[in-house]
Amino acid sequence: MTGDGMIELERLTKRYGGQAVVDDVSLSVAEGELLAVLGGSGSGKTTTLKMINRLIEPSSGAVRVGGDDVSGLPPHELRRQIGYAFQQVGLFPHMSVARNVGVTPALLGWSEPDIRRRVDELLDLVELDPAEVRDRRPDQLSGGQQQRVGVARALAAAPRVMLLDEPFGALDPLTRQRLQESFARIRRRLEVTAVFVTHDMVEALVLGDRIAVMREGRLVQIGPPAALMRSPADDYVRQLLDTPCRDARLVDSLLASGDGGP
Amino acid sequence: MTQQLALLPEYLTAHLQLTLAALLCSAAVSLPAGVAVARAGWLERPVLGAAAVIQTVPSLALLAAMVPLLAALGVQSIGFLPAFIGLTLYGVLPILRNTVTGVAGVDPALTEAARAVGMTPWQQLRRVELPLAMPVIVAGLRTATVWTVGVATLSTPVGATSLGNYIFSGLQTRNYASVLVGCAAAAGLALVLDGLVRCLAADGRGRRRRAAAAAGVAALYLYAGLTLAADLAPGRSRPVTIGAKTFTEQYVLAHLMGGLIEEETGRETVQLQSLGSMVLFDALAAGDVDVYVDYSGTLWANELGRDAAEADRAAVLAGVEAHLRDTYGIVVAATLGFENAYAVAMRADGARARGLTRLSELAPLAPQLSMGGDYEFFSRPEWTAIRDVYGLGLRELRTMDPALMYQAAAQGAVDLISAFTTDGRIAAYDLTLLEDDRGAIPPYDAVVLVSARLAREAPDVLAALGRLDGAIDAPAMRRMNLEVDERGGDPAEVAADFLRGLR
Repeated sequence: MTGDGMIELERLTKRYGGQAVVDDVSLSVAEGELLAVLGGSGSGKTTTLKMINRLIEPSSGAVRVGGDDVSGLPPHELRRQIGYAFQQVGLFPHMSVARNVGVTPALLGWSEPDIRRRVDELLDLVELDPAEVRDRRPDQLSGGQQQRVGVARALAAAPRVMLLDEPFGALDPLTRQRLQESFARIRRRLEVTAVFVTHDMVEALVLGDRIAVMREGRLVQIGPPAALMRSPADDYVRQLLDTPCRDARLVDSLLASGDGGP
Repeated sequence: MTQQLALLPEYLTAHLQLTLAALLCSAAVSLPAGVAVARAGWLERPVLGAAAVIQTVPSLALLAAMVPLLAALGVQSIGFLPAFIGLTLYGVLPILRNTVTGVAGVDPALTEAARAVGMTPWQQLRRVELPLAMPVIVAGLRTATVWTVGVATLSTPVGATSLGNYIFSGLQTRNYASVLVGCAAAAGLALVLDGLVRCLAADGRGRRRRAAAAAGVAALYLYAGLTLAADLAPGRSRPVTIGAKTFTEQYVLAHLMGGLIEEETGRETVQLQSLGSMVLFDALAAGDVDVYVDYSGTLWANELGRDAAEADRAAVLAGVEAHLRDTYGIVVAATLGFENAYAVAMRADGARARGLTRLSELAPLAPQLSMGGDYEFFSRPEWTAIRDVYGLGLRELRTMDPALMYQAAAQGAVDLISAFTTDGRIAAYDLTLLEDDRGAIPPYDAVVLVSARLAREAPDVLAALGRLDGAIDAPAMRRMNLEVDERGGDPAEVAADFLRGLR
């Protein structure tokens, strides 16, 4: 599959030993689109994501970003052009918030004033007060604030492409919801192309322009949420899509029986 | 005490040179190796295993093992080099292990983040892994610092000056003030260096202290580097190097020969004290030591591999002299005029009670008796000869420091000891010597040996030492030994007194 997508995966495969953890995956993400990759643990969704910025090298197949094969660039140069946020956040504990956010611009050789201006702009964007958090250490922030800094760091060098690996997975439900909302807003404003890995059906529905469902290393189905709802490819997809409704029914029945009542 | 303190600048400087140079090399080897091992996990077991094996070798043996090793390579085998290499090896393990632990212990989420934001492997190491591993690495550096300062006191027996000179000579001559000064100075140095390393690694607010510590370390390295360069500078004429084994008589004679050479020839001399007997002979053969006193019987047994029965005093002397000249070019500059033989001693009252005067009478009593010997005695051919000739199956053999042997015999801790016939403590502790009536022990004429190089280049030194020929008889030597061992005299002063009498 070749096309004019911002991100294109072509017959992408990763084997460990004889075992294929990602098996012949081809897909395309249009410019400005957010693709939610949905799947359980072991589905190969994270491995697929990490092959896009070469944190993992594929066994076979190709990845193109902006039309160029990613294997044509040294990995560190490629990664400076691609934002990356993940569940563990990975803020450097020995650096201030400002230095964490400004790390990629610094690697790219931006001037100090430019970096400072950019850091404040991004902290504003992720709804943190620059004056308050700029000079703090990461461990002085709450979990939600840390992940906001993580998103700011991923966006620092104005990447056209972002990769997100369950970035809000470890947060409490209310914080997660607030971060999902601000992330959706930010992404629309910046028009970045994104691949967002999650196992949470609701998150995929809320954020994704399209959803790709993976299972045991294979791409099972890809399409807009409505299309998946309308005609799921198989039972697995049907069950997966049904989870939010099942949860809602469970809550209803518990409330009706009085066990979950106040 | 004042005499001891006067030596402090020299000993402390030498100790500092050794410690700082070895630590620098340990760190230069261990840090990159540690990073490599942390990156390539399969290296961990072989590399850390090898470092741990080095660590299990007793430190004194590790240093001493460098001497024959370097001699086999044909480089300077005693002095700074063997001590420096041994200490460097010794400091490797703590730094290496902590570097591996520190770098491998960095949270994988952080190394993933470092790669994902676009760091090269080198940037990842420098900006993320090393800063985060630093507290653990510094802990290893501090361990290595304290160990190296401590182990450097053991450099003395391989011929490198250090604070250990205080301790070794102090123990031999029972000068406990000297031992104390050496220990206190080494402990103080360890505390200071450890404190500097700690301040150097202080994070966050301690910026001024860190700058001060960095300046302190830089100053120490500059000082050690400059003094070391001055010592090693090629243009400087090499002083005559006088060696001494690990007992009082040797210290006195080293001072005596040094004083005589300086007086007669105006040449500078240095002393390497407290060297092992075999280390010393090898060093003379290699030309690293120029002059020392050995004993004809020792060389007869160890070098020529002959036994005592066949030899009288003159024949042993002539045989040794010819062998040394023909094999090594070593010259016997003087025969001092006394013998310092190995002899078996016991308490005089015990000998009288048992009616013992000769070794041949000892065999029936042997199964009830214990014997103390100096560090080398029981592995020397002389002991084998005594044991076999007289059929001595003793109850127990105990190796102990020669400084303590006489006391041990006097207090009855052992029944017999391997005494030196010139030792004043035989009389002082009321011990008696058992006669070697079957001639198992060879004669031990004290001879001044001069290296081939010095004999060739400095006939004036040879001539000066020649004045000592026949100049010291056994009572004179015994008097000088007793003066140091029992009356607290300083070997240098005792030697100076004798030289005044010689003039």
